[in-house]
Amino acid sequence: MTSPERLPVVPPVAPTTPRLVTSTAAIVEVTDLGKSFGGLMALDGVSTSFGVARITAVVGPNAAGKSTLIKTILGLVRPDRGRIIVNGHVVTQDWDYRRGIGYMPQAGHFPENLTGREVLSMLKHLRGSSAELDEELLDAFALRPELGKQVRTLSGGTRQKLNAVIAFLFRPALLILDEPTAGLDPVASGIIKDKILRCRESGTSVVLTSHIMSEIEELADSVVFLLEGRIQFDGPRLELQRLTGHQSLERAIAALMQGGAS
Amino acid sequence: MKSTGKILRYQLRDVIRGRWILVYTLVFLLMTDVLFRFGGSGERVVLSLMNVVLLLVPLVSIIFGTMYLYHAREFIVLLLAQPVDRTSLFLGLYGGMAIPLAGSYAVGVGLPFLWHAGGGGGGGSALGVLLLTGVLLTCAFTALAFLVAVLFEDRAKGFGAAVLVWLLAAVVYDGVILIVVTSLWRYPLERPLLVLTMLNPIDLGRVFLLLQFDIAALMGYTGAVFSRFFGSAVGKGLALTVLVAWSVVPLLVGLRRFRMKDF
Repeated sequence: MTSPERLPVVPPVAPTTPRLVTSTAAIVEVTDLGKSFGGLMALDGVSTSFGVARITAVVGPNAAGKSTLIKTILGLVRPDRGRIIVNGHVVTQDWDYRRGIGYMPQAGHFPENLTGREVLSMLKHLRGSSAELDEELLDAFALRPELGKQVRTLSGGTRQKLNAVIAFLFRPALLILDEPTAGLDPVASGIIKDKILRCRESGTSVVLTSHIMSEIEELADSVVFLLEGRIQFDGPRLELQRLTGHQSLERAIAALMQGGAS
Repeated sequence: MKSTGKILRYQLRDVIRGRWILVYTLVFLLMTDVLFRFGGSGERVVLSLMNVVLLLVPLVSIIFGTMYLYHAREFIVLLLAQPVDRTSLFLGLYGGMAIPLAGSYAVGVGLPFLWHAGGGGGGGSALGVLLLTGVLLTCAFTALAFLVAVLFEDRAKGFGAAVLVWLLAAVVYDGVILIVVTSLWRYPLERPLLVLTMLNPIDLGRVFLLLQFDIAALMGYTGAVFSRFFGSAVGKGLALTVLVAWSVVPLLVGLRRFRMKDF
């Protein structure tokens, strides 16, 4: 696979201009997405696409619309306008397209009185998939001895590991990870990051949010920067750093936030 | 609705393992057993249980129902990100709550009848009506709980609304009826009263139960009107339909909202 440095350079786009869908294959295409919550614009004409076998980081300050964007792709939030295509399926009332998505919410919450094993088998039953499961993380986290215990006895970190296992379990074509390393110790977050990179090597597309810039620098090929529901930057990560003239991503993002506010 | 069964299976397991459902069963078990030891005949026990059932079952159902749905919120989000339709999920969650609650009630009240009265010993049909009323009230107030939890995003407001619904149905409604009856005592109120009673599931349950006993005669002319109406097949059918509608209508309205909701 190509390293981030040798990726085809997508021309940088001026802020707020919708990015044209390039000829490179996209797993998710979002066109003119709009959503408001009680008069507050969470998404305001967002158009972008997430490339196949690429890691795209959705970044921005709190309440910039990151979660809303992710949740509209998952069908959890219904957009007021716009269109979303995931893997060739238009996202509407139909729900079967989610078969190809692995989702890791910010925190793992499961029925308290079920064991970890039962939670996993519930999801297997719901998916009804006979394909071979990806239980690599189960071993990497040494989670198997914990699976017999009821969820309420598990620590927050262990629940979060279970949460990660579920996202990768069904070998989805698209991974949506909402702050995947939040609440994990350095060893566990290293394991997840390695796993994410390996998944990309095998052709999985990844969309993630994070507030940890070093993590995005380590993982992301592309960056979508949201501010007040609008896209301020959408392109390769290195392009963002070159464009703003800053070496570190953290400063580049900070420059964008200040530029966007004026 | 193809995933309802799968969701139900695991939700049932989760709820039944919870400590509070055991406590709920034990409360009814102890109460019924003690009433038998003090009182005697099955019919008397049913009569004593009636008021407790009419207050406690709706209260527990609506409180646990809302609590359960708020508590499961994050897990619901995870489930909705799976290839599952919202109708299946909502109905699976409802069943996962209503079935253990109703079962817990039926076991708690039913078992002492088995070992004390041996199933016979009088009060058999009264017990049947008590069990049926309790189960239908459980279904109705669990449905109302789900409606409240779907309507109110904020937990505190949701709990407030749940308690309010219970207060209205269990206490305030009767008070209002009493005021109306006492201030309009000159007028023939039997029919309006009949309609008003039909509209409240708890009142409906009470009348349904009272008419199983001779004490219906004590209610005077109103009692006679009620007795005649609810004694007829049409009246029984209508009452049962209204009681069932109290489960179906809130559940359907809740489902509609659940399908449109943003998570």
